[in-house]
Amino acid sequence: MTRNQIAEELPNLAESKLTALVVDDSFVNQTIHQKLLNRLGIENDVVTNGKEAVDVYCSGRNYDLILMDMDMPIMNGIQATKRLREMGIESKIAGVTTRANEGEKKEFMEAGLNDFQEKPLTISKLLSILHKLNFYVQT
Amino acid sequence: MDTLIAQLQRQFRDYTISLYHQGFLDDQFTELKKLQDECSPDFVAEVVTLFFEDCEKLISNMARALDQTGNVDFKLVGSSVHQLKGSSSSVGAKRVKGLCVTLKECCDSQNYEGCVRCLQQVDIEYKTLKAKLQDLFNLEQQIVQAGGRIPQVDI
Repeated sequence: MTRNQIAEELPNLAESKLTALVVDDSFVNQTIHQKLLNRLGIENDVVTNGKEAVDVYCSGRNYDLILMDMDMPIMNGIQATKRLREMGIESKIAGVTTRANEGEKKEFMEAGLNDFQEKPLTISKLLSILHKLNFYVQT
Repeated sequence: MDTLIAQLQRQFRDYTISLYHQGFLDDQFTELKKLQDECSPDFVAEVVTLFFEDCEKLISNMARALDQTGNVDFKLVGSSVHQLKGSSSSVGAKRVKGLCVTLKECCDSQNYEGCVRCLQQVDIEYKTLKAKLQDLFNLEQQIVQAGGRIPQVDI
């Protein structure tokens, strides 16, 4: 998609100054997810597991959106999502994982996700997450 | 008579199409190409390089685990192949991903011989893809050096 096409889908994105945190232990996925976010003008940081995500929030940082992988060492996506919600974190959390069976998806959603997408992420899947989470709505 | 640029562009187009038709690449590779732009002109090459590094590391981990005959940690093999399946899916490495699915099945059923055979195939397959993508990137470079544009290829 060209920048103009993306701007049509998300008219206020240029001024949105959205921020996102990529939580994934795979360098391949980190690179792709960061590039997707950059393409949409969303400032972003990356961490490599759930514990680092929790630590980042404990240090006082905050993000509009978290792209949370499920399978990670030390603390996985389900544990990290539960922990962040227990801490009262209200950032939108989108689970992104290759695991698609209904049981695993349910467990991940119940941990506190706002949305769920199957990997690999694409521009249209990320736009779908943003639409679902009402990031394009300016009130 | 075809100019050099036109010849190279046609070669590039044909080679790209053949990689998709022969099942080496799938739509996700196309998605990666969409993300390549003036800000990151080598994005695809960077991502596939990371993928091939993953292949080397994870295949080596799995080979080491399978070497412990009589005491194979199938859980470790399973988690490594899950990671490899994930990154192959993310770059559109269709054949590698397919072999990872088979390897995971062998692992889940603790089929030692199957795992060893399949891992060898994964190793061959990623190296084949690596060589083919290198040829593709070389063609791109030749086109650019000859002063041409890299054509958009619709699969």
